[in-house]
Amino acid sequence: MSEKDRPNPDALLAAIQSEAAQKKRGRLKVFLGMCPGVGKTFGMLEAARRELAAGRDVVIGYVETHGRKETEALAQGLPEIPRRQLEHRGLALTEFDLDATLARRPQIVLVDELAHTNAPGSRHPKRWQDVAELLDAGIDVITALNVQHVESRADTVRQITGAEIRETVPDSILDDAVFELVDLPPAELIQRLHEGKVYVPDRAVAAVNNYFREGNLTALRELALRLVADHVGADTREFRQQQTSAGAWKTNHCLLVAVGPGPFSESLIRWTRRMADGLRCRWLAVHVESPRELAEFARTQLEKNLTTARELGAEVIATTDDDLVRGLLRVARAQNATQIIIGKPLGSAWFNWFRSDRLLRRLTRESGDIDLHVVRAEKSRSMPAKKIWLPVLASNFQQYLFALGVVAATGLVNLGLMKIAGPRVPGFFFLLVVVLLALKVDRGPVLLSGAVSALAWNYFFLPPRFTFYITTVEDAILFALYFIIASVLGQLVARIRTQERAERRREERATALYEMSRDLTEATSRDEVVWQLVAQVSRVFNAPVAVALPAGNTLSVHPDSSLALSEKELSVADWAFRQRKAAGRFTDNLPGAEALHLPLATDRKVFGILAVSLPGKRPTLAQRDLLETFARQAALVLDRVELRSAAEHSRLLAESEKFSRTLLNSISHELRTPLAASTSAASVLAATDSLTLEQRRGLIGEIQEANARLNRIVGNLLDVARLESGQVRPRLDWHDARDLVQTTLRELQRELATHPVKQEMPDTPLLVRLDFSLMQHALGNLLLNAATHTPAGTLIEVQAQLADEALVLNVADHGPGIPPEWLPRIFEKFFRAPTAPTGGSGLGLTIVKGFVEAHGGTIAVENRPDGGARFTIRLPQPEKAPANEPD
Amino acid sequence: MNNENSKAAPVALVIDDEPQIRRLLRVTLEANGYRVFDAATGQDGIVQAAQRQPDVVMLDLGLPDLAGVEVLKRLREWSPVPVIILSVRDGEDDKVAALDAGADDYVTKPFNSAELLARLRTSLRHSQQSSAESVFHTGNIEIDLSARIVRKNGQEVKLTRTEYSLLRLLVVNAGKVLTHRQMLTEGWGPNAVGQTNYLRVHIAHLRDKLEDNASQPKFILTEPAVGYRAVRFDE
Repeated sequence: MSEKDRPNPDALLAAIQSEAAQKKRGRLKVFLGMCPGVGKTFGMLEAARRELAAGRDVVIGYVETHGRKETEALAQGLPEIPRRQLEHRGLALTEFDLDATLARRPQIVLVDELAHTNAPGSRHPKRWQDVAELLDAGIDVITALNVQHVESRADTVRQITGAEIRETVPDSILDDAVFELVDLPPAELIQRLHEGKVYVPDRAVAAVNNYFREGNLTALRELALRLVADHVGADTREFRQQQTSAGAWKTNHCLLVAVGPGPFSESLIRWTRRMADGLRCRWLAVHVESPRELAEFARTQLEKNLTTARELGAEVIATTDDDLVRGLLRVARAQNATQIIIGKPLGSAWFNWFRSDRLLRRLTRESGDIDLHVVRAEKSRSMPAKKIWLPVLASNFQQYLFALGVVAATGLVNLGLMKIAGPRVPGFFFLLVVVLLALKVDRGPVLLSGAVSALAWNYFFLPPRFTFYITTVEDAILFALYFIIASVLGQLVARIRTQERAERRREERATALYEMSRDLTEATSRDEVVWQLVAQVSRVFNAPVAVALPAGNTLSVHPDSSLALSEKELSVADWAFRQRKAAGRFTDNLPGAEALHLPLATDRKVFGILAVSLPGKRPTLAQRDLLETFARQAALVLDRVELRSAAEHSRLLAESEKFSRTLLNSISHELRTPLAASTSAASVLAATDSLTLEQRRGLIGEIQEANARLNRIVGNLLDVARLESGQVRPRLDWHDARDLVQTTLRELQRELATHPVKQEMPDTPLLVRLDFSLMQHALGNLLLNAATHTPAGTLIEVQAQLADEALVLNVADHGPGIPPEWLPRIFEKFFRAPTAPTGGSGLGLTIVKGFVEAHGGTIAVENRPDGGARFTIRLPQPEKAPANEPD
Repeated sequence: MNNENSKAAPVALVIDDEPQIRRLLRVTLEANGYRVFDAATGQDGIVQAAQRQPDVVMLDLGLPDLAGVEVLKRLREWSPVPVIILSVRDGEDDKVAALDAGADDYVTKPFNSAELLARLRTSLRHSQQSSAESVFHTGNIEIDLSARIVRKNGQEVKLTRTEYSLLRLLVVNAGKVLTHRQMLTEGWGPNAVGQTNYLRVHIAHLRDKLEDNASQPKFILTEPAVGYRAVRFDE
């Protein structure tokens, strides 16, 4: 295989991932028609019968037969899930029962009319969302859809037929679907319509006749055919990419569409989706947030635009920059976008044209190697014509009152002033007050106070007084200038203030994010992360917050939460958790809930749910974004915490594996030697009768020696095992430290016979709290260590004393000392000095350290200046020995 | 336990679930003039103790059916027979509990036979003494229990009341281990249990007054984590 033919590894990986994902997800089969009446339901039922015959578990979830006999006959005998009965405004309705289907878990379920809008109170507003959930649950779905309901084609259909399309299905759900086109020549369809074979609601007969014109139908048919063809084409491309080299199918394109709060963005988004479909590439919808605050309706429109983009399959990115062009290009470069799509608004005012023209020129100049598409954008039909005045009027009523009050007060002062300074000075005084007002209130009240004060000046002060007449040219000019200056100054100040406020808000957001990530990075456990998340979110959003984490099969609310979740809210959280989607209030999923539930999810897994009970109205885009960022951040940290503990776990495993390996390597020899000696000595004793008494004693001595060694090694191993498993808990009691030294020496009499030992201890009882057995082992090991590593006859010194509220035990020898390079490793498990005589396990000092540390003490080792090694144990003695009871 | 029994071979009962230990003890003890019976479970041990009327019982603490301490308590309900505990290293708590519950002594596995036999002899002697000797001699120390006089190298040694009561307890039980609890109860009454520091100080004083070299005691020995034992020593 030459380099050229080799498949693109990224593409292969993507293919594997999408295959893997599809294996888990259910498959969607769509019977696509150009319009109602072509026989989609019939086709669905036929397909269901074929699947049933093939032995698969097929059920009818929801099929609308519209009372047609052939269709009903076909539905006969297919198992059916009973519809959900519900009442809405006195009407009895039936709906597809999602929960019953999920509980029944068929292999395939039939759900008609994908674009259907569910009755209020259902889990999802739209049926396609029900279907998406079925697919997520791994259930295959067969459904039916008319081409006019496909989101990206809805515009075209409207242009062709002039009919409003209310119910649409996002293209993203159709991406992985298999299409089956249900085709019927238009003439035949019209025939069927006339024969009454097409279901038409009574009230819509006229509209329907208008709709089913042959020209319309031909266009719709073509649209349906092309949609399916595009899809097949895409499948083929994907297939070829999987099989061989990318070759001619290289699609590294990435489209970027700029989305604003305007009504034009929506059709721009659809256009981009169609183009991305054609190029088979990823596409981004980017919104550049400017410091200017958006009016309520603009925000709603923006959110709608971004939601549309998301539903159409775009990656939505919101960024902040006071320069639109700079923000767009920054995202484009970061995301490797190859083409930018921007709109060319129609019928806009001249300054609007000027602005977009300037924007275009700058984009052209600065975009470099990124292609630019300027698309004729249409105003979305759903956009209500709202007056631009709205944001001005939206200002606070109190501000208006305040502004008017200030103007009135100024007027009274001016009346006094006029007597001294004449009629013109009050004008400047008014002007000053208007400018000062602009620092305090919004633009609306400023403009109002400007206008009112101008009129008041004219009426009350300028001669002739108490009329609106102006007699002199001078006064007229002054009045006009006053008006202009007041408006401009007011506007300017107000704009600065708006910018300032936006700046501040951004600052706040940045600070909140910074604090969040800072505090979270410090969190090292799940509980800490939850605590931080709850604290930060409730502080920033001023709302009670709950975090629900999985416990077994269900979610349980973390005790640090400040919001209690009812049974119902928990079920919403549970849904959000399983679906990894936002749910609850302000979302499309279970919007009836009281709290907003966001999954704490990373690419790897979902860790829990963040539930926030936001007071008041819908959160702004920025707030929602911040909240989601919090959730994402927390999830990342949770992920890290989990990975770290997993790493810790595997480190421990590796360590214990290393332990076993070293154990086998190091100990097997040490265990075998005494075993071999004792076994062979015993066998000689058993088999040889002719041994002299002397020989017999010798052999028995060997066995005893070997057994003592075995006993020591096994004891050490058990001690280390106890230390490793954390079972060493000292049982402190009062002891005379001198007694500890003496008893240890007495019990090691035989082992220390070759070395003189010098004790240095006070004459009075050295009362300390310690665990006698543990410390006897520790001290004993130090003494044995000294005896093993020094030549026979070398003096060993033991000291015990109280110093600085601690018991200090010293064991020093006069041997060769410890080579400095070994000092740091001397307490390590299995560390053995290469020069050490055989018989040790390399565990003795490890045990000493472990036992001493279990007492909260320390051990140190050093080479004495005058030769030999010295070990120093310090056991803290915070408790003073109780006063002695008198005799 | 009676005088006629003392002439005959003493009877030992070994209660241990390890066959190898039972075999080993049987060989060792029979070679040293004991008649040996054994039992592998606590239940069987109690039955055997009733049937065989042993002079000494060796009881393993890790039995499969009953806790060793439980066997001891049931035994003590009707028999003052000396009981020697067979325990493993690190089993201090069980050991002390058994001693407090009435066991006479303990040996730690792996044990050497000389030590075991010495303990057995001590226990047998204690159980066969109708009353404590009135004068206790060891090395250069002489303790006249009836006159309450302690002498070292013939010189009288002044002891406080508590020191004397501790010493008396130790020498009456010479060769046997005494737990901290037993000694504290004797010296200060049951409320003093836990006040080990009293004990440490008084033992230190006793050693200062009686031992030739207090830093290498030969008379009053420390039993690590259990208690003390007074032994007869040769000068």
